Amino acid sequence: MTPYSATQQGAEQLTSLPRIIARRQEQAGAHDKTPRPRPQAIVNSEGFSLYYGDKAGVKDITMDIYPRSVTAIIGPSGCGKSTFLRSINRMNDLIPHVRAEGRLAVNGQDVYDKRVNLVNLRQEVGMVFQKPNPFPKSIFDNVAYGPKLQGVKNKSELQQIVEESLKAAVLWEEVRDDLKKSALAFSGGQQQRLCIARALATKPQILLMDEPCSALDPVATGRIEDLIGQLKAKYTIVIVTHNMQQAARVSDMAAFFCLGELIEYDTTSKIFSNPSKKATEDYVTGRFG
Amino acid sequence: MDKGNSTLTLKRTAGTFRPLALTPSEDLKGYILAHLGRAVLFLIACTSVIAIFLIFLFVIRESVGFLQTESLWGYLSKTGWYPQAEPAKFGSVAIIAGSLYVTAASLAFAVPIGILAAAFLSDIVSFRIRAVVKPVIELLAAIPSVAYGFFAVLILAPFLQKKFGFPTGTNALNASIILAVMALPTIISVAEDSISALGRELREASYSLGATRMETMFKVVIPAAHSGIIAAVVLGMMRAIGETMVVWMASGNAAQIPHPWWDISQSVRTMTATIAGEMGETPKDTSHYYALFMMGVLLLVLTFSLNIVSEYFLSRAKKATGRA
Repeated sequence: MTPYSATQQGAEQLTSLPRIIARRQEQAGAHDKTPRPRPQAIVNSEGFSLYYGDKAGVKDITMDIYPRSVTAIIGPSGCGKSTFLRSINRMNDLIPHVRAEGRLAVNGQDVYDKRVNLVNLRQEVGMVFQKPNPFPKSIFDNVAYGPKLQGVKNKSELQQIVEESLKAAVLWEEVRDDLKKSALAFSGGQQQRLCIARALATKPQILLMDEPCSALDPVATGRIEDLIGQLKAKYTIVIVTHNMQQAARVSDMAAFFCLGELIEYDTTSKIFSNPSKKATEDYVTGRFG
Repeated sequence: MDKGNSTLTLKRTAGTFRPLALTPSEDLKGYILAHLGRAVLFLIACTSVIAIFLIFLFVIRESVGFLQTESLWGYLSKTGWYPQAEPAKFGSVAIIAGSLYVTAASLAFAVPIGILAAAFLSDIVSFRIRAVVKPVIELLAAIPSVAYGFFAVLILAPFLQKKFGFPTGTNALNASIILAVMALPTIISVAEDSISALGRELREASYSLGATRMETMFKVVIPAAHSGIIAAVVLGMMRAIGETMVVWMASGNAAQIPHPWWDISQSVRTMTATIAGEMGETPKDTSHYYALFMMGVLLLVLTFSLNIVSEYFLSRAKKATGRA
C-alpha cells in the first residue's frame, strides 16, 4: 500500500474513529485522568536501531510493551513498523547485512546478545504474517509442527495441543472433522486463524502480528479482531496495522512510527483522541500518510 | 526539437489525414506475406516434431522383422544373448537388467548428493557463491561423455581394482559412479530451481516457530518442493539410462546379471552399449539386426515414458509454486 492510499483509507475511516474511542473509553469505565500504574514491561526497547547495510530500518526506538495487552504499531508505509516488529523475534536475521544497535530486551534478556537461544526466543515470541502461510501439510501437521520441534512425540499429547490451539484460535468447530485435510484447501481467513493456532501451539508469551488482516475480507478481519480481543487475556500481542480503525478497535497502547523513528507512544485513546505531537495528529486524522 | 516539429506541421497542412484504408495491392501484399511467413515458421517449428515421429516410425519398422522369426516373450524373458551362435539366442533380460542396474546404482549415489547440494546452494551459501558455483556445476554437463569414459577407464578402473581388489576395474560400480557424476548437474540444477522457487513465506513460518535451518530444510522446504525434486530425479534418470559411451567404456560389457545381485563389482552390459557395440558389425536384415532395433524400441519407450513422468511433475511443481 502506498502512503497515499493509506492516507485515503485512513481518511475514509475517520468518521467512525471518535465513536470507537468513545465507546472503548466507556467500556473501560475510564474518563479518569490519572494514569493507572503500569505493570512491568515484557518487551523493553532502549535506543534500539536496526540497519540494513548502511540504511537504517528503525532508529533509536525507546518503548516498553506491557504484558497481556495489545500494542498497535501504526504509521505510513516504509516507516519501519514491520522492521521493529520483526526485530523482536529476530526474523530480520534472514536478511543479509543486518546490524542492530542499542538494546532490545524480551523478558529482561537482550535478544541481540550473542548468547541468546534463537529457538527458545522464537517459541516464546510467536509470529503471524501478512499473508496466510500455512505449510502444504494437513491441518494437524501444521499445528503440531512447533510442538514436534520441541520434542513432543506422544500422540495423545499432540492431539491435545492441536485441539487446544485450534480452540484458542476459534477454528476448532470448523475443522474438527477435517484435521487430516490439507491446510491449502481452506479459505484465507481460516488459513490465517490456522497460522495463529500454529503460533499458539508453541505456547508463546508474546504474539507478533504483521498486518494479519491485510489479505482478508472484512468478515474474516472481524473474526481475527475478535480473536485478538480474546487472546490478550493470556498473551501479549503486538500488531502492526495499516488500518487505523483496526488499531483503535483492538489495541490498548499505540505507537506511531514515521521514517524509522518512534514519534509518539501512548494509550490508544490518547493517540487517537488527543495526540501530543502534530505529526501524529495529522496522521490519525488523515491529513498526511 | 522545436524546429523539427514546426517543419513537420509546415509540410502537412492541418486537417489532412494520412490514408487510413489500404489500397487493394497493399492489402494483397500484406495478406501473402503474413500467410507465407506463418507457413514457413510453422514448417520450421515442425521439423523436430517430424524428426521424432520419423525416428519412432523407422525404429519400429526395423524391429518388426524380429517378430517374424522370434517371439517377443522369449526376447523379454530369457537371459542368453548369443547373436553369433547357431542357432542364435536373443534373450535380453540380462541386458535390460544391466541398464536398470547401473541406472539405479548411479541414482543411489546422485540423488542424495544432488538434493543436498541443491539445498545447500539455495538456502545456505550466499548469493555470490551460488552465482559462481551453479554455472560450474552446470558445466559438468558440457563435458563430452567420451572424456568421462577416458577417466573411467584410465583412472577410476585401476583405482577401484587396486583399492578394493576387484577382479576388474571396468564394472557396474565404475559405470554407476561416472553416470552419477553425469546426472548430478541435471539433478542439482532442476532441484535447486524448485527449492529456491518456494519463496520466503514458508521458510519464515518455520523459523518463526523455532525451527533451525536444518529442520526447516528437511521438514518444510524439501517436502514442499517434492514435485520439482522428483522431476529432477527423473530427468537425471533419463540421462543415466540413455547414456552410451560411458557405460560402453566403463561397465565391462558382460551380458550377465550380477550374482549375488548386490555385488556391484561385477561387469554388466547395458542396452545402449549393446546397440552401439554390435550395430556396426551386424549385416542388415538379419535377425540380430532386428533384435538390436527391438532393443532400440524398448529404450525409446522407456525414455519416452520417463519424459512424460518428469513433465507431469514439473508442471505440478510449477502449479505449486504459482499458488504459494
